[in-house]
Amino acid sequence: MSADTVRPDHRVIFEWIEPGARVLDLGCGHGNLLALLAREKKALVQGIELDEKAIYECVDKGLSVYQGDIETGLEEYPDHCFDYVILNQSLQEVRRASFVLVEALRVGNRVIVGFPNFAHWSARVSLCFGGRAPMTPSLPYRWYDTPNVRFLSIADFRAFCGEMEFTVEKAAFLNGQEKIDFWPNLRALGAVFLLAGKNTKGGRTER
Amino acid sequence: MDTIFKSERVAAAEKAPQSALGFVETKEFTFAEPLTLESGEKLGPVTLAYETYGKLDCDKSNAILVLQALSGDAHAAGLHKGDKDPGWWDDMIGPGKPFDTERYFVICSNVIGGCKGSTGPSSPNPLTGKPYGTNFPFITIGDMVQAQRRLIDYLGIDRLLCVAGGSMGGMQALQWVASYPRRVRSAIPIATALKHSPQQIAFNEVIRQAIMADPAWRDGDYYATGQPEKGLSVARMIGHITFMSEKSMEQKFSRRLKNGELGFAFGADFEVEGYLRYRGEQFVKRFDANSYLYITKAMDYLDLSGGKLISGKEVDTRFLVLSFLSDWLYPSHQSQDIVRQLKRKQIDATYCELKSTWGHDAFLVELEGLSALIRPFLEKTYLGPAGVKGKGGGHVR
Repeated sequence: MSADTVRPDHRVIFEWIEPGARVLDLGCGHGNLLALLAREKKALVQGIELDEKAIYECVDKGLSVYQGDIETGLEEYPDHCFDYVILNQSLQEVRRASFVLVEALRVGNRVIVGFPNFAHWSARVSLCFGGRAPMTPSLPYRWYDTPNVRFLSIADFRAFCGEMEFTVEKAAFLNGQEKIDFWPNLRALGAVFLLAGKNTKGGRTER
Repeated sequence: MDTIFKSERVAAAEKAPQSALGFVETKEFTFAEPLTLESGEKLGPVTLAYETYGKLDCDKSNAILVLQALSGDAHAAGLHKGDKDPGWWDDMIGPGKPFDTERYFVICSNVIGGCKGSTGPSSPNPLTGKPYGTNFPFITIGDMVQAQRRLIDYLGIDRLLCVAGGSMGGMQALQWVASYPRRVRSAIPIATALKHSPQQIAFNEVIRQAIMADPAWRDGDYYATGQPEKGLSVARMIGHITFMSEKSMEQKFSRRLKNGELGFAFGADFEVEGYLRYRGEQFVKRFDANSYLYITKAMDYLDLSGGKLISGKEVDTRFLVLSFLSDWLYPSHQSQDIVRQLKRKQIDATYCELKSTWGHDAFLVELEGLSALIRPFLEKTYLGPAGVKGKGGGHVR
């Protein structure tokens, strides 16, 4: 298998996570990212996923997964029992988004959030000139069948992190396979953020 | 395939009873040193009935202990000579099956308090030479597991690859982890609970009262006069209602009539009535009423809530916790209670609620879902962390 088979957002997350880290993926889907982290980085991984068939696929890959939704999935976990909590392409489907992020930063030392950018130029054009609810490669749904309940841009998320006093340690902006540095809020289809809580000064919690 | 040949094969399959394991026998293990029970009483000598399938590795690392439900026995798989039907989990245990006997050594142990070859109220009391009856000491799930530990010691197995079971079998699996965490590499509790709810205790109490209300019960001293058949039969009928879901009963019986018309009498008009009566009548032929009393009490006494499942710090037992959507006797939230304890202790675990319509019976019949999860879970446990399969994810260089 070549490097091309790894999704670009997965590749960003993979590069950020150090070997042997404890990782919880909230909404882990079919478990491709977790399997990659377990195999290539010897990470200690755990998934949470709602869909029964997706759980079958995860278990078939040798992964451990709890069936549950994202909002209640973090209950009962002790503070900082994971190095990373991943919320990739799932935050926009969560109603209590700020609650989930605060909880994720309680359970994990760091949180990785990936989401589609609602302010991509194509979405702006569609709404501004077409007068239609935007559909983009990262937001491929129509208004009546979208699982998303939160629509946010990269700028929105940055502002939110400021309000919540989350520390943004890293951010990557993606347009398909390509990474974007210039005008990401206009040009990137998606973003991945690495967050730490307000009291974290970049140090790793001792294990 | 040639169609005539195929139909002949089907006909042959219908005629001869079959199991991939072929013929098996129940074995007995007796130990003289008494068990000290949770009640403080002693019980001994003790006999445990058990069966084994497959071969034990030379390093004894491939042993799986399968645990029975309330009215089960040690005959989990294969055929007994002269029987029509194979053991109760034959679909799950055998060559190429999820509990693959070509790879694993599968042990199924009966429980103390039972009547299927292990020491129970129908066994002779060494003090009197007559059946214990209600002089049999009260036992708990912990006591059952303590007796099984002696069997595992006797077989020379230090660490079990897995303990697995549904319903009361799941309770025993949980108790194994609570009592002997170091000796269990993984556990598969299915459709079970850390403790019975008032509703579950209530059903068990009605079951016990049905038995004890039968004059033939005679305070448990009926071995010379015959079982309290009416009471035990009603007790089992109650049980069967709780094992099914509303939907599975609708599918199985609907309001179909046994004889095509209403009888205007108190006979069994509806198929569901006939089914329950038949099940009750069959049950009294194969199960001891006092055993039913003792074992239901043991289930009611179990309480591994509040952190008692994982008490030590260094527990590395992996878990696969399974429940069924339509199981209202052991509802999913009870399995989620297990999960909450595991999360608190950061145990490596998987939980899944299977969308079965079969009610509590699903742990015996929902083969597709059970197989899809149990097979890879066991394989991962057996092969260790290096056993993560190469599927999915690709490679990053």
